[in-house]
Amino acid sequence: MSFSIKKQGDIVVVDVEGQLIVGNRQELKQKVLDELEKGEKKFLIDFSQTGYIDSSGLGVLVSLSKKIREQGGELRLANLNDDLKTLFELTKLDTLFQIADTRERALESF
Amino acid sequence: MTDIRSRGEDAAPLGELRIALEVSIPSDVRYIERVVEIVRSQCMAVLFAPRHCALNVPVALSEALSNAILYGNGEDPEKHVRVRAQVDDEQLVLEVADEGTGFDLEEETNDPTQLENIEREDGRGLFLMQQLMDRVERFDDHGNVIRLTLKRGS
Repeated sequence: MSFSIKKQGDIVVVDVEGQLIVGNRQELKQKVLDELEKGEKKFLIDFSQTGYIDSSGLGVLVSLSKKIREQGGELRLANLNDDLKTLFELTKLDTLFQIADTRERALESF
Repeated sequence: MTDIRSRGEDAAPLGELRIALEVSIPSDVRYIERVVEIVRSQCMAVLFAPRHCALNVPVALSEALSNAILYGNGEDPEKHVRVRAQVDDEQLVLEVADEGTGFDLEEETNDPTQLENIEREDGRGLFLMQQLMDRVERFDDHGNVIRLTLKRGS
């Protein structure tokens, strides 16, 4: 499990490879906060290579969403498979996040 | 991470689709993913629905293990978490036991979908277990045990 970060134009794109769970959520949080501190404002987290997400992983996404908003930035999510969509629906987090079906659509939405 | 202790047995001929597994891990969240993978692969081996194997079982078990390691055992490296999995034609039963004093399942379960809770970072673990499993029980048996039951056809 790992996170890769790259820039596409002025958007920071994070790929979550493997699981986003209690054992690695802090790593994701720190990587995104480091970019936020550098002055980045637009963030896209892509889940096309993600297995499952636990409650602490969801919690980190909520926390990042708040911190990015507080800095005047925006966070989008993309490529949730049907199982992950169900997870967001069960927790009603699909109402909190802007979720795009594809990376391209998410990038265009900023 | 070498001291995962597991005892797997094909308790019956494969035709009866029954597997029993027992794993004991130290109180360290880095073990969670490996244990979940072992149980998930058993779930696939007995042909549970893809969604059960990809979502319900991994997430619910991950939550039970996190709670046991972080809260039940307080991440004390001297304490262990025991996982038992039993799968048969009808259902999957998972038991996660820690060395803590237990808690009141109903009292500790919040509804994270309420407007006042939606932006909270925590408080979704027990809720998710209950949403993803058919039954969640807690009882004492030389420590605190959470039992998760998922029926094949649910």
